[in-house]
Amino acid sequence: MGEAAAKLPNIVIHEKLCKACSICVDFCPTNVLEIKGSCVAVKNLAACTRCQLCDLRCPDFAIQIFD
Amino acid sequence: MSEPAVKEKKQKLSVPFNYDKYMRPHKLPHIWCPGCGHGIVLKSLLRAVEATGIDKDNICMVSGIGCSSRTPGYVDFNTMHTLHGRAFSFATGIKLAKPEMKVIVISGDGDALAIGGNHFIHTCRRNIDLTAIVYTNSTYGMTGGQYSPTTPIGDIATTSRYGNIEPPFDACEMAKAAGATFVARGTAYHTLELEKTILAALQHKGMSVVDVIDACPTYYGRMNKFKSATHMMEVIEKDGTVNVKQVDKLPPEKVQGKLLRGILHNVERPEYCQQYANIIEKAKGGK
Ligand SMILES: Cc1ncc(C[n+]2csc(CCOP(=O)(O)OP(=O)(O)O)c2C)c(N)n1
Ligand code: SF4
Ligand code: SF4
Ligand code: SF4
Repeated sequence: MGEAAAKLPNIVIHEKLCKACSICVDFCPTNVLEIKGSCVAVKNLAACTRCQLCDLRCPDFAIQIFD
Repeated sequence: MSEPAVKEKKQKLSVPFNYDKYMRPHKLPHIWCPGCGHGIVLKSLLRAVEATGIDKDNICMVSGIGCSSRTPGYVDFNTMHTLHGRAFSFATGIKLAKPEMKVIVISGDGDALAIGGNHFIHTCRRNIDLTAIVYTNSTYGMTGGQYSPTTPIGDIATTSRYGNIEPPFDACEMAKAAGATFVARGTAYHTLELEKTILAALQHKGMSVVDVIDACPTYYGRMNKFKSATHMMEVIEKDGTVNVKQVDKLPPEKVQGKLLRGILHNVERPEYCQQYANIIEKAKGGK
């Protein structure tokens, strides 16, 4: 159990940079992200496959995925 | 070189990437609107620069005027934000003075193809060793959404309320015809493919032009009834383009009316700075 939890990715969101454009939310293949207010938020971390598409397409340097 | 987009995920990824290495991070957030494609293009460019291994102090980034032309303000290279349409001329001067420097021109479709069209074609003709990235969003974003030389016929702009009647330029065809020796196209949607394409452009000796299709959701998008930046990326960038390597494998109706991505033209021809150095030798009384 503890081992599985340790394997979850670390999604780093820079709240001051995110403009809530929703590009990362819309293109995430596994529906991990959502817009909450004026910023992106993680709604299902366990579903993240670390594909990096959110980081690649974020125009604002606002989201990165680390192991 | 670059694989079709569907295989992107299988490539060795260049992310997470430390963008701060090449940025002036205190300048963020940038001025670009939510969903503007310019930031996505910049990130692909920075990853491509890293892959060249060139020291950032040996790079000069030059732009004209426009939202796209604000790019140099955010990066930690040698940078110049110049006059509307004249980035190519400033870049030519810098390259001639410092031929060992990697000079990158950032321009919008308005900057490069409208007011700067003359400078663009003659820079291509000379085949000087520059890399030009043209951010093609089919509008003048900075001044409020006038139509540009790449706005499709029928589209709405503040200067074409009933539909644009001017046929658009194909920036790649124009660059090739004018004499650029490396011509390619990418989109902000195909971000890893774009990184590879820009890398090849940076490694080319001579004038390289990368036309990058990206989105202006604020003006072009709203006026032309796109629901969001995502919608624009799907319709214009994903469904509106096809990789040149896939063309032969697809039925003609799947290629019809689409813009080609990938490296479209790649030839060798004497480079301008080298030719200029030769002529100096000759004038000094050499052979
Ligand atoms: C000599 C001159 N003419 C006109 C302008 C006004 N102007 C500023 S930006 C711009 C167009 C920019 O469009 P583009 O290059 O496509 O860049 P974008 O803003 O869409 O990224 C114009 C016409 C100017 N700054 N200088
Ligand atoms: S890395 Fe991929 S799966 Fe994880 S949040 Fe980003 S887009 Fe979604
Ligand atoms: S793509 Fe970037 S700016 Fe847009 S919502 Fe996601 S994190 Fe925020
Ligand atoms: S006006 Fe258009 S091109 Fe300019 S920053 Fe906004 S979305 Fe980008």
